[in-house]
Amino acid sequence: MSGSAEPRKKRKMSRLERKNTLIAYSFLAPNFLGFAIFTLIPVVLSVVMSFTEWKGGSLTTMKWVGLNNYATIFNSAKVGKQMAENGFLSGIGYFFSKVDLGIALKNTVFFTVVTVPLSLICAILLALVLNRAVKGAVVFRAILFFPYVASMVAICVCWNFMLMKNGPVNQFMMFFGSTFNKSWTADSTMAMWAIVLVSVWRNMGYYMVIYLAALQGVPRELYEAATVDGANKMQQFFNVTLPQLRPTTFFASIMLIIGCFKIYDTVAIMTNGGPGRATKMLVLYIYNEAFTNFNYGVASAISMILLLIVLLGTILQFSRENRYSNT
Amino acid sequence: MSKQAKTTALPGQLTPGKIVIYILLILVSAFTLIPFVWMISASLKLDREVFTFPMKWIPETFHWENYSLIWTKVPMLTYFKNTAIIALSVTFIQTLTSSFAAYAFAKMNFKGRNVLFLCYIGTIAVPWQAYMLPQFILMRSMGLYDKLQAIMVLQAFSAFGVFLMRQFYQNVPSDLCEAARIDGLSEYGIWARIMLPLSTAAIATLVIFTFVGTWNDYMGPMIYLTREENKTIQVGLRRFIQENSSDYYLIMAASVVSLVPVTIVFLFLQRYFIEGIATSGLKG
Repeated sequence: MSGSAEPRKKRKMSRLERKNTLIAYSFLAPNFLGFAIFTLIPVVLSVVMSFTEWKGGSLTTMKWVGLNNYATIFNSAKVGKQMAENGFLSGIGYFFSKVDLGIALKNTVFFTVVTVPLSLICAILLALVLNRAVKGAVVFRAILFFPYVASMVAICVCWNFMLMKNGPVNQFMMFFGSTFNKSWTADSTMAMWAIVLVSVWRNMGYYMVIYLAALQGVPRELYEAATVDGANKMQQFFNVTLPQLRPTTFFASIMLIIGCFKIYDTVAIMTNGGPGRATKMLVLYIYNEAFTNFNYGVASAISMILLLIVLLGTILQFSRENRYSNT
Repeated sequence: MSKQAKTTALPGQLTPGKIVIYILLILVSAFTLIPFVWMISASLKLDREVFTFPMKWIPETFHWENYSLIWTKVPMLTYFKNTAIIALSVTFIQTLTSSFAAYAFAKMNFKGRNVLFLCYIGTIAVPWQAYMLPQFILMRSMGLYDKLQAIMVLQAFSAFGVFLMRQFYQNVPSDLCEAARIDGLSEYGIWARIMLPLSTAAIATLVIFTFVGTWNDYMGPMIYLTREENKTIQVGLRRFIQENSSDYYLIMAASVVSLVPVTIVFLFLQRYFIEGIATSGLKG
């Protein structure tokens, strides 16, 4: 963070200061105008809209409904009834198995919990290997990174075909004795794994690059000291490398978690939330409520849930980052 | 670890450990590239050959005509043109206005600086999907629905660009600007003659990521662009897939073509991509 501005004098701004401020604003204006209109105002509107009922059209038809939209997305009436009749836990169970928001949350969390560690592990291992003096490291690095710049539409369609009945992936797995021969995206358990597979495949190269940069920063002396102490390579990895990489791992996992919660393209193109609601995720739910059902208020209320989760992650990251830079 | 590898083996000498590493790397690279290889392979086949058992990686005869066929079946040229217009404009506006604003934030003292910067930082944490709906309603009321300009303004003023450039400008010594001010250079002059030339690395990073991000953007164009002549390559490709879902070979040929521009950009500027991420972390 930058140091705050110099202690401001209480007297009125001098002519020079005023001129300076004007010039500064002229630097800011082009970006800030666009930013204010197309980002800042919509963000504020989004919060307001989550408390209103509106089907679009004239602003005068917008009606303040308080927490009604939130009651709708949590289906508080049904969940409350379940809780009253069969106890608290059964209400929670009802929410996560029957209510759209509950299912979307459950799916998104499951996807995140599986994808983040898998991506991180692959990224660390690849970075460790590439960090050794291998010939052609630049080529390998470029290959592994490439999925990250390739467009999701082409990638997802291709994976969809590869994961079809009689597709190459199923043929490959049958070679190892698997009896599964269905289209992955048509199977309610495998559909989620198809999305995990594509996400990990795409993430690992990107985070590998981040880890590679971090590995360059680990002091050589630490390894030398560890060798002198008789630590083998495994011990060195767990006692030197991993602890040294902790800030990077923290940063990477927050970025990954936020990215996972925002997932849309992959799901929309590969499964469209199906089969049934098996891969329905938070953003897909927002999209459907907003642009298919035109329930603007409800869509905004779901947006607030997404916003809260992502905000929480970012705040965690910032506070943690400050702690690392202070120690 | 790398230290040990160097002390036990002379450079260029193959030890069993190294052989294992190479095999591993080749396997992972294969896993990474297989979808692309399969895509190209399928794009050169006839439809009934795509899903054969056992599958053939190399088509019996190469049907190059698939690639001329798609240009007549899909208005690829229009899609490419639209995407290029959007991506180039966004990149230009984003880079120019961001570096402009970042200069004020990093090198000038003025009233309200911290409050304004807080606005920017605050929205970095807000995912676009959380405010895409009000933004859509706003833009529609401004008459931007189904216009290429909608995607331009949607992408061009991100807080992220300002943040990235400011981080970079912060590291340029303020003495340089002070000296230039004493020599009588205006603030605009300092920005143009000192900051811009010094920040080519940061600008390269921003340009590449904005370009690729806009080129690959799917959700924005999908929401805003409905008329055929306005579609971008991603949305157009998606529509073609939905309407011809069983023409596997044509879909794959179109997919390959859609990947070509970004692949070229990546091959030539690969270094900037990787250095850019390594130094700034960037967004996920």
